[in-house]
Amino acid sequence: MRHVLDAEFFRRWMLATAAVVDREAARLTELDSAIGDADHGANLQRGFTAVRAALEAEPPQTPGAVLVLAGRQLISKVGGASGPLYGTLLRGTGKALGDDAEVTDAALRAALDEGVGAVAKLGGAAPGDKTMLDALVPAVAALGDGDYGAARAAAEKGAEDTVPLQARKGRASYLGERSIGHRDPGATSSALLVGALAETAEAVTGG
Amino acid sequence: MAEGPLVGLVLVSHSAAVAESVARMAVALAGVDTVAVEHAGGTADGGYGTDADRIAAAARTADRGAGVGLLVDLGSAVLTVKSLVADEELPAGARLLDAPFVEGAVAAVVTASTGADLDAVAAAAQEAYGYRKE
Repeated sequence: MRHVLDAEFFRRWMLATAAVVDREAARLTELDSAIGDADHGANLQRGFTAVRAALEAEPPQTPGAVLVLAGRQLISKVGGASGPLYGTLLRGTGKALGDDAEVTDAALRAALDEGVGAVAKLGGAAPGDKTMLDALVPAVAALGDGDYGAARAAAEKGAEDTVPLQARKGRASYLGERSIGHRDPGATSSALLVGALAETAEAVTGG
Repeated sequence: MAEGPLVGLVLVSHSAAVAESVARMAVALAGVDTVAVEHAGGTADGGYGTDADRIAAAARTADRGAGVGLLVDLGSAVLTVKSLVADEELPAGARLLDAPFVEGAVAAVVTASTGADLDAVAAAAQEAYGYRKE
């Protein structure tokens, strides 16, 4: 199914993400208490609350501008590593979308690919390191020509598949083999972001 | 030497107390008061973490026109400074110094006080990784 994606679509995606982060904040923090510093849910909630406020205060006019604004808020407000990582993802994707008032599914997939690449570069991580990338990379690969449901399923599977992995980046990597057996909080929240994208696509166009 | 502007420095830690204390200590151990050494530690609400807006403000304050070096502790401090540099939200010529936080800070202040450029300050700070303690 092909979609024409305008600024309103991207605004809805960000608001849907803020809503699911609100709902899942406690679970994210619980996952983070096992292998991190137990702040992932609260940090993302603070960040997306700021995103929501910024989008309401001055709604951007293009898809790219929505994501750039959201990314800036996350870098500025989160206070933990997820701020610059998610901020770089959204800003990188937004910048790649350029100034167009509407974008295609293919343009979004290409832009997400750039955004995910920027995250990998910033964190120096690769798939298999038990990070956000383990959900994001398969999601973008599955997106194809606008198959947002497949992207959501791939992100969910990617997050679930971090359980047996040993963390190689971030605070969890200090735990070595003891990080095995826990689902990665960043991959889990990345799957929420992709899930919110699928939910938005379904709501706007029926899939 | 030291006729032109000096390189400025910013110390970024998860802790406000650590950032401020290391800044003070580096200045004291270097024995100079000519280098602008700013600090940006902790989150905006006083917790442990990183505050991108205060880091950017500290870098602007430390900028004397010869570039700014940012020393960071770990995790979000590293990633936040990297993303600020990548997005050009810091003064022109600002860069992350790949160095140990405390030892690198002392080396950077001493080197900056001589009027050395940012490359030399960055190299001196990085060399502090080679200082073995046993």
